[in-house]
Amino acid sequence: MSIRHALLALLSEGPKYGLQLRQEFETRTGEVWPLNVGQVYTTLQRLERDGLVESEDVPDDERQKTFRITAGGEAELADWLRTPPDLSLPPRDELVIKVLVALRLPGVNVHEVIQAHRRYLVELMQQWTRLKEDESGVDLSFALAVDAELFRLDSVVRWLDSADGRLKRASAEPPVENPSPMPRLRRRVGMHR
Amino acid sequence: MSFLELRNVSKAYGTGQAEVHALENIDLAVDRGALVAVMGPSGSGKSTLLTIAGSLEEPTSGEVTIGGAALSAMSRNGKARLRRRTIGYVFQDFNLLPGLTAAENVSLPLELDGMRSRRAYAAGMAALEKLGLADRATHFPDELSGGERQRVSIARAVVGDRHLLLADEPSGALDSVNGEAVMRMILMACHRGMAAVVVTHDAQLASWADRVVFLRDGHVVDQTMPAQTPESLLQSGPGQ
Repeated sequence: MSIRHALLALLSEGPKYGLQLRQEFETRTGEVWPLNVGQVYTTLQRLERDGLVESEDVPDDERQKTFRITAGGEAELADWLRTPPDLSLPPRDELVIKVLVALRLPGVNVHEVIQAHRRYLVELMQQWTRLKEDESGVDLSFALAVDAELFRLDSVVRWLDSADGRLKRASAEPPVENPSPMPRLRRRVGMHR
Repeated sequence: MSFLELRNVSKAYGTGQAEVHALENIDLAVDRGALVAVMGPSGSGKSTLLTIAGSLEEPTSGEVTIGGAALSAMSRNGKARLRRRTIGYVFQDFNLLPGLTAAENVSLPLELDGMRSRRAYAAGMAALEKLGLADRATHFPDELSGGERQRVSIARAVVGDRHLLLADEPSGALDSVNGEAVMRMILMACHRGMAAVVVTHDAQLASWADRVVFLRDGHVVDQTMPAQTPESLLQSGPGQ
């Protein structure tokens, strides 16, 4: 998520002070994304430079400024909300690489490598689930943020499960000559890049 | 001694060349108040483990004890009594009787155990109330949603004075919100002192457990370590 657009979203509700924006940002993200005040002010300065917000001094407090969103900022926010993030990059994450490397190394049990990562992921998921266990003490934003993390980790576990099953089936079949899967993957997945 | 213990349990089907080892040398201990998840792919032996732990099937070798009593030393009637009084089962497809209302389904195990029907019904109602289902008590299974049916089957599994809950893919056919509700109920039962084992291939479901045991080709290959303080996760935040 972009801090820039999160601040625009908060300002679309009405003018706010910098410190107020920081507090509201943390509350809205279920307090799972701490933000320092320097990040808030640097981002606000850039937004002002780009004409997306404007500021005015507070009469009784010269250290404080009120920020408000401009029409350009409203348009930028509306556009951002509807633009899907780029998820089309080829899978080059470290875990995938480790499993692919394990597959090529003699003397390495790939299933053990997969299980080590699976256990770590499930332990992380147990910790996230503990955080939402007490339903009465969990607000909606926090629950949504925790769910998002659980689904993300779950998808990795599912990939490991699928890899484990695929390798088990493949071990019963003769090996296929395949020097390196990554260049082929890049060609297929990252076609428009 | 833990409430449920499997010691060196193996199970084989068939003989000679057709022999299949569904479980080999399984050790598992579950205390009262603990929720243990058994995770593994299809065919890893999860369901066999659960049916042996629940005395529905006998191991080829090894010993199962429930509440300190060895199942191998029990008569058939003794095991049936244990299943009626001590163990609650939750299945993926609910297994509710279609001709009985929710309350009647829940009170049935108590009636089968000889409890007078009025008392059994009151206990059934109490179990439904605890799970927030009192307003569904007079509904028949086909008048309930999938999530409600599974909650009724959990009420049936915890009704009376049961100490062991065994669940086989309890949220298999449910969406994630209902799946979470089911796991919360199982966890509540553990907080009241039940020992519970949930077998699943679903990591989100398993993550509700205190301990996750990984099964592969009939062997326990790994288990999760006790969790760290979850608050440490919030120092970095998700996705960073």
